[in-house]
Amino acid sequence: MAETGTITVKRGLAQMLKGGVIMDVVTPEHAVIAQEAGAVAVMALERIPADIRAAGGVARMSNLELVRSIMDAVTIPVMAKCRIGHFAEAQLLQELGVDFIDESEVLTPADEQFHVDKNPFTTPFVCGARNLGEALRRINEGAAMIRSKGEAGSGNIVEAVRHMRSITQSIQDLADAKDLKSHAREMRVPLKLVKQVVANGKLPVVLFCAGGVSTPADASLMMQLGAEGIFVGSGIFKSNNPRAFAKAIVNATTHFNDPKVVVEASLSLGKDSRAMEGLDLRKIPESELLAPRGN
Amino acid sequence: MRIGVLALQGDVAEHVRAVREPRVEALPVKNVEDLARVDGLVIPGGESTTVMKLLDRFQLAEPIARRVREGMPLWGTCMGMIVIARDVTGAQQPTLDLMDISVRRNAFGRQNESAEVSLAISALGDKPFPAVFIRAPWVERAGRAVETLGERDGHAVMVRQENVLATSFHPELTGDRRVHEYFIRMVRDALVGKRRKIA
Repeated sequence: MAETGTITVKRGLAQMLKGGVIMDVVTPEHAVIAQEAGAVAVMALERIPADIRAAGGVARMSNLELVRSIMDAVTIPVMAKCRIGHFAEAQLLQELGVDFIDESEVLTPADEQFHVDKNPFTTPFVCGARNLGEALRRINEGAAMIRSKGEAGSGNIVEAVRHMRSITQSIQDLADAKDLKSHAREMRVPLKLVKQVVANGKLPVVLFCAGGVSTPADASLMMQLGAEGIFVGSGIFKSNNPRAFAKAIVNATTHFNDPKVVVEASLSLGKDSRAMEGLDLRKIPESELLAPRGN
Repeated sequence: MRIGVLALQGDVAEHVRAVREPRVEALPVKNVEDLARVDGLVIPGGESTTVMKLLDRFQLAEPIARRVREGMPLWGTCMGMIVIARDVTGAQQPTLDLMDISVRRNAFGRQNESAEVSLAISALGDKPFPAVFIRAPWVERAGRAVETLGERDGHAVMVRQENVLATSFHPELTGDRRVHEYFIRMVRDALVGKRRKIA
């Protein structure tokens, strides 16, 4: 008897992606560029976060025909986003056969109270988190992978650093905590889950970084801060040389702790290369920030 | 004894944990210097398209192939099986060509078909093995020198050709160490053989 959709196979796919880079793509041609550069998976989208941010309005699940054409174009796993709490969009993505569903704050939330109950799904989910409590709530709902949220489409790494540090520091603090019960209550998750984190010194699922990575050095920084892999959204296709940036960020992620390789990756971009334009997040009104969506 | 786990991408830490035992050290292998220090090598689960590119980019493909031809035991899991194979059915994907098999990628389907299956594998004893298949390949064709050790629905999923072992599934995700112990025996036998040759 073959048992599909188990916790082991859902979390397992995320484990297979470790040490890799997952790239946002909006066309099959982008997907092929990403695969050629060495991406471990692609996120199929209608618009990359920087453009979603610029366009405003309501951002929904991508056109399914587009998602399917990207699935046909590459052999690596394909992910797609649904709105927070929009379990019907998630059902459609599962039916279409994507390999991972991202319940994402980059899209306009559909439910201000509940996230999708992810446990009954066969397809694994990845969710964003700013801190340990948020990460554990998503895992308790069935997320098979966590990504620190950062601030998508900003080209600014500061939020990604804040969120990754917050998660890893809280895990360390738990090790010395006397009253785990009160921590569990405060984070609104079962004590069992908190004890699991203490026992392993890490989340029970893979932790990637997202939201703001735009250069090889950014990727190296986040890996050294404890990310097990990298999501790059706007950083590649908003640069002036997507092929070069994609490959350089992959190489820097693989050898994140070897400055020699990260230097080579950076030099490979050439003197005319420009990373995407970044945003000063202090100048963005709070209502336009993406990370606070879903808690 | 020191066993390496290729650490370019994939579930490296899981293999490192599972390989470790008294008198067996595990070493993540990222470059030729690391490779020179190991007596056997595991290619973990991950993305084969990605890892073939990285092996090429960081000049590890040829050094690994050379060590294996000289007798170093090699074990590939899932992605590792694809990397080791002679070729990939229906694709132009490059491989290391270290075992006379053709593999079909994602043979059991995409992620929604990923599954846990209990397999009877006599080389591992009477107790069935809890095999975890994730977007897994199967062996489409095997040469005469290849021994099939395990099958799922009539497709070879655990094969061995002399010092090279390949599994479609992920023993490192299960807590059952029997395939790791099997590979450690292969490495031990190779070391004993080498010492005899020198003597």
